[in-house]
Amino acid sequence: MKTEYKNNVLTAFIDGEIDHDSAVRIRARVDGAAQTLRPRLLCLDFSGVSFMDSSGVGLVMGRYRQMQLLGGSLRVVNIPDRLYRIFELSGLGELGVLR
Amino acid sequence: MKKNTVNEMKLSFPSKSVNEAFARAAVAAFVMGLDPTVGELSDLKTAVSEAVTNCIVHGYRRESGVIYINGAIYEDKRTVITVRDKGVGIADVKQAMQPLFTTSPDEERAGLGFAVMQSFCDRVRVRSTPGRGTSVTLEKQLGKHDE
Ligand SMILES: Nc1ncnc2c1ncn2[C@@H]1O[C@H](COP(=O)(O)OP(=O)(O)O)[C@@H](O)[C@H]1O
Ligand SMILES: [Mg+2]
Repeated sequence: MKTEYKNNVLTAFIDGEIDHDSAVRIRARVDGAAQTLRPRLLCLDFSGVSFMDSSGVGLVMGRYRQMQLLGGSLRVVNIPDRLYRIFELSGLGELGVLR
Repeated sequence: MKKNTVNEMKLSFPSKSVNEAFARAAVAAFVMGLDPTVGELSDLKTAVSEAVTNCIVHGYRRESGVIYINGAIYEDKRTVITVRDKGVGIADVKQAMQPLFTTSPDEERAGLGFAVMQSFCDRVRVRSTPGRGTSVTLEKQLGKHDE
């Protein structure tokens, strides 16, 4: 996973498959970087995600709460079309974090 | 093998989270000959991933156990996958299947596993006995594009 920090925005480029197994590692990496850098905005770039189950929804909800605690906000960008159905089931759209 | 069954398979593996990826890839390989659409394949893989994850995080919790998958393909390309554990079981299946219901919110579970299985398969059946285990049957018609 690559990360980029610019103008107070931390972007994490998530790639490969998101399931319960990989979510644990992604969460540790993203939270570690966010706690150190304290960005105004955490951006999760999903363009490299090839598979996701509901663990991906848990991952996004968890980072949303984490960023609230750190006084910043969250955005999920470049979501591949085929992953949209899971996000629709989740109601995450109502939080306004999906782009 | 029953009369209109084209193929069958059985798998068993330990409840390690690395096997979530193994299980969905194995099921995908099993149905590959049906020439499923990309969408059908991804739906089935997602549903299997949910069912297997539930065996690991809920069925066996922190303990280790064995997960069993049975697969059957029928003449009409209907595919039935059963994912089973001998874990703690579910006391109230109806409640467990409600969208957003989860007993592990602290572990960042979204409570959407059953909702995903139901939305991505044609039929989902759950049988569970507290203290004995849970069996989830996923049914999906594949290869619809060449009808
Ligand atoms: N194999 C299983 N063994 C025991 N309990 C289960 C099993 N599968 C599901 N459950 C119960 O059903 C609930 C809902 O499951 P699910 O919809 O997949 O959401 P989540 O996994 O995010 O909690 C779980 O929180 C758990 O209490
Ligand atoms: Mg689940």
